[in-house]
Amino acid sequence: MKFAIQINSSPYHNHAWLTAYQFIRAALREQHEIMRVFFYHEGVYHAFKYATPPDDEINFVQRWSELAREYHLDLVVCISAAQRRGLLHSDEAQRQGKQDNDVADGFRIAGLGQLVEAISLADRFIVFG
Amino acid sequence: MKRYLFILRKPAHSGAYLQEMLDIMLITAAFDQSVSILWLDDAVFQLKNHQQPEISGMKDTAAMLQSLSLYDVTELYIETESLQQRGLNTDNLCLPVQTLPRQQIGEFMRGFDVVFAG
Repeated sequence: MKFAIQINSSPYHNHAWLTAYQFIRAALREQHEIMRVFFYHEGVYHAFKYATPPDDEINFVQRWSELAREYHLDLVVCISAAQRRGLLHSDEAQRQGKQDNDVADGFRIAGLGQLVEAISLADRFIVFG
Repeated sequence: MKRYLFILRKPAHSGAYLQEMLDIMLITAAFDQSVSILWLDDAVFQLKNHQQPEISGMKDTAAMLQSLSLYDVTELYIETESLQQRGLNTDNLCLPVQTLPRQQIGEFMRGFDVVFAG
């Protein structure tokens, strides 16, 4: 089955992301397809490269980056939600006269059309958070 | 084309929630998908007439919601009980919405391909 996933809450607001993460891992293990994981609203906080939790806590950014690498997963952060919250990739930062590139490995920044496309191609769409 | 139902449950000015939901709804409509919206719980306050958010420097989200009709989003529903419990009726609202009693919501939701929990 083809799934489109959306994550709306930030890593420290609740653990909805961990449920999503475990769901995605389980689905991939069972040979299902994850069309795209779309980070929206406060979910964009998952993609900040410099989030540095203490060593004895789950490193969510690292988890996502590894998952993306392992399964060639498409992790997409909404551009307008990201910019509101200060997450800029290098092109956009340059355009805005800033120097940041804050997007963690495995994530890419794109528009809402990517979400609509994923939902239209998927058999199921699930929102977490 | 899929039939989308967007369910809104938070009031206006819950951070950027409503602006961002409006973005999704309009983009979905712009992709020629069928878009319906259901207001539940405190989300009914989004539609209250005579809001003056500019006094606090906030966006006039009620005015932004008027743009839905420009995208041919006209299937607008509101839960009867959510309105009643907040002392409101459809005369107090800034968009033409159809009321749906709570008992019928489950059946109503089954008529859509995608139920978008906002």
